[in-house]
Order: sequence, then structure tokens, then C-alpha cells
Amino acid sequence: MSMHTKYKIQDLNLHYGTFHALKNINLELPEKEITAFIGPSGCGKSTLLKTLNRMNDLVEGCSIDGTVLLDGEDIFDRMDVNVLRRRVGMVFQKPNPFPMSIYDNIAFGPRTHGIRKKAKLDEIVEKSLRDAAIWDEVKDRLDKSALGMSGGQQQRLCIARALAIQPEVLLMDEPTSALDPISTMKVEDLVQELKREYTIVMVTHNMQQATRVSDKTAFFLLGEVVEFNETAELFSMPKDQRTENYITGRFG
Amino acid sequence: MKRQKILETGMSWLFALCACMSIVAVVLICVFLFANGVPAMKEIGFIKFLLGTDWAPKNQPASYGILPMIIGSLCVTIGAVVIGVPIGLLTAVFLSRFCPKKLHSVLEPLVQLMAGIPSIIYGFFGLVVMVPLARMIPGCTGVSMLTASVLLGIMILPTIINLSESALNAVPDSYYEGALALGATHERSVFFAVLPAAKSGILAAAVLGIGRAIGETMAVIMVAGNQARIPTSMLKGIRTMTANIVLEMGYATGLHRQALIATGVVLFVFILIINLTFSILKKRGEKV
Repeated sequence: MSMHTKYKIQDLNLHYGTFHALKNINLELPEKEITAFIGPSGCGKSTLLKTLNRMNDLVEGCSIDGTVLLDGEDIFDRMDVNVLRRRVGMVFQKPNPFPMSIYDNIAFGPRTHGIRKKAKLDEIVEKSLRDAAIWDEVKDRLDKSALGMSGGQQQRLCIARALAIQPEVLLMDEPTSALDPISTMKVEDLVQELKREYTIVMVTHNMQQATRVSDKTAFFLLGEVVEFNETAELFSMPKDQRTENYITGRFG
Repeated sequence: MKRQKILETGMSWLFALCACMSIVAVVLICVFLFANGVPAMKEIGFIKFLLGTDWAPKNQPASYGILPMIIGSLCVTIGAVVIGVPIGLLTAVFLSRFCPKKLHSVLEPLVQLMAGIPSIIYGFFGLVVMVPLARMIPGCTGVSMLTASVLLGIMILPTIINLSESALNAVPDSYYEGALALGATHERSVFFAVLPAAKSGILAAAVLGIGRAIGETMAVIMVAGNQARIPTSMLKGIRTMTANIVLEMGYATGLHRQALIATGVVLFVFILIINLTFSILKKRGEKV
């Protein structure tokens, strides 16, 4: 079954100074599905993720050529980077709530985009926290500092914060690598729920996680996409020898 | 082996002694101040001393009320904060998050230099440049609370800038990136995510600036006018506690002299309160 393509990446090359970090990437990420990027450390999976919302712009000496189309629009051309990041939310590897109240954390995005009315903000905060499955845990302490929460709660708060600006895509950079197993399970369940409404791209170090949550998987090695396929197929019948070596644990 | 052990113990005692020196100095200062100042306060009467509005040591009978000087010190300090903190803070934000590297390498040493300029030089600058300018304001003789406030505001800039910039630089990048990832502009990310995270460090900077301003003496004497009366306007002259001590200590004797030391005690208590606030804020900053 063929679905609408959310992201179309064509002939993408990325250099950090003289280091060729991404080589001729061509990928099509389907809408409202979960795509996992797997591969050993330093293979370029996080770099590609950060290219999708242009967080690489912050890195000095980073140069990019090729095109990345979001719904057919080139994200490097004409599209305002802040509009792009509004459409494409991001959850980081380490939970990074702002040192302010839970409420203000969630309201940060909406306020940034001009929503000032208290009633509207209240509504967004509640909806986002509910969508991130953390409302019941925090509803009585919205005015308390977000830094007082556990790591797993902080990460779900960060997901809620990303949801509050109603993005179309959610980028997740190893969102559970800093979490304990129970928190990891909660986040994975949550991601499954979220795919109904959002296109999700997730970098993970954990191959079990990729098989558990993702619909499609891209395997990266040394800056190249070696194989991209349905997750079930990639893990059961890898076409490339290198993929097979990696998923059977021979390296990485 | 044995010689080495003796050397080790000897050296550790030496270091302990060095460490004690500063403690001893502080304790001695406290003892001297309170031993000389408190009896004078008692003799004059605490209320009459602290809340008396007449400072007339030459009168018969003499009157030693330092309220005008307390108000004077507070007024110029508040004035310095109103001028110095916003400018210093915005400068720190610029240096920390907006400044191109090349410009930074020029500005940073200049700010450091500002911190090293002796206060008497600031005083000259105030007297030669700012006083004539202030004279252009109708009703102002030039030497006034306004002039002193502006000059002090400039003098506390390096303290505010350096400490605020360190506080801003210490904010983890993850806050800034988190804000950007929500579609916030660079400016919004800096002012609404990074700046609040540096709040306690910035408050500490302001408090230390207050400490500098209230203790400043030479520069203030040169531009404040030094009239020992409760000021009625920004454009009138004013005398601070520090100025009061310096101006009269040279010839004062007896109770007059002790009253000046007692003025020092009051100033010292103010400084203690400020330093206490500073360390509380710093501790709170480390916790977050």
C-alpha cells in the first residue's frame, strides 16, 4: 500500500568541514508512519535527523547540498527556518525541560507563536499533556518546576512540549537512551499512539526498539543508507550483507 | 623518609597559617569597628544616631544624626542599579549570545580594563565631563544625586557584565536548542529560555554591583556635592556614608571621631546583608 510521502530526501550530501558525514542520501519517509534510523555510532543517523529540522545550521563548518522536500517544499529554499521547526517538532536524547514550571514549559511554544489568551493556553497545555500520557501524573502540580520530575516524566513532558505547537512531524533522537526500562516502555507506547496523527522519525541505538515500534527502518553505515525497507522485512530478510552482519550483532 | 614527613607537616601548618591571616584580618576589622562604634552609638542614642536628621558636630550641643547619609547612600545606590543593571545585563546578553567572535575579542578586554580603572579616575571623569553636562539641566548645580548615580552606574558595569556573562555562558545549550526546536527565533530563545535559566546568577551579579556602589567613596565625593541633608530632588547634592567618613575623619576628635566610626559600622552592616544575599542567591543558583 502506497502512502503519501512526507519527506523526500534527494542526493543529500553533508560535510562537517572536510568530513563527509552524509553521502548521497535518497529516502522517502511516509506520512503518519514511524521510521527508525539505526546504525552504529557516528554513522550519520543523528546528523540526518538534525538536517530534517535544520538544527545542523547551528554547527559551524556544516555545509549541505542536495534537496530535502517537506510536502514537496524545499526546506533549504525560501521556507523560513522557524516555520519549518514549527511544523517539525523535535525531542532530544537527553530530556531538556526549561527550568520553569511544567505549565510554562508546555506554553512556551504556543506563546512563541503568538497565543496569549489564558483560556486557550490552558486548553493547549491540558491537551498536550493528555496526548503525551502524562496529564494524570502532573495535573496537580502544573505550577511546580519541571526539573523536579523524574527523567522519564521529563522526557514525556518534552514530547508534550513538542506536541503543543501542533507539528506535522516529530523527530526523536534516541528519546529513551537516558531512561529506565519502565519509562522507555511508556514512551514507546506513547509513540505508537502518536503515529495516528504525526509522522515520526526516530533515531535509535536499540534494534529491539526499532522492531517494536517502527514501520520502516533505514540502516546507516559510514554516512550512507545501506538499506531502507519495511521494518519486518529488513530484520527478517536483510538484502545487504552489511545489514545482516549488523542486525545479527557481528559489529556495531 | 622522616625528614620528608617533617617537611610535609611543617608546610601544612604554614598553609593553615596563611589561611588564618585573612580570617584574622576580617575578625580584627569587626572587633575594631564594633568596639569603637557601638559605644558611640550608645552615647548618642541608637534612635537619635540612626534616625536623626541633623549632622552638626560643631554645634553646641553637637548633633550626630546620620539619616541623611543613610538615605544618601541608598539613593545613589538605587540610582546606580537603575542605570547600571539594565545596561550591564543587556551588554552581557550581547557578549554571550549575539556578539561576533572578532568583536568579542575586542570588547571583553575593554570591559576587564573598565574594572581595573581606579575609582579616583572615574571621579575625575565625572567632575570634568559629567558635572558640566549635568549643569545644563535647569535647577542643577552639576554636583548632584543624579550625577553620582550615573557615575556609579558606569562603575558597576564591569561587575554586572562579567558575572552575568558567566551566568549566561553556564546555561546548558540544551535549553537554547530546545527553544529553537519549538520554532522560536534566536532572540526569543535567548531572552525567554536562556535568560530565565541564568536568573539567579544575574541576581547575584546585581547584588554584588549594589555592594560595589554602596561602598564606593572617592568617585562619589567628587560629584555628589556632599551636603549632609535629606535630599529633596535628584538634582540636589547628597552625602553618602562613605563620603561622611572620609571628609571629616582627618580632623575629627572625641565623640565626633567615634560617631564617624559608628557610621562605618552601619555601612558594614549594609555590606554584610548584601554579601549574605549574594551567597544565598549563588547557592540557590547552583541547586537548579
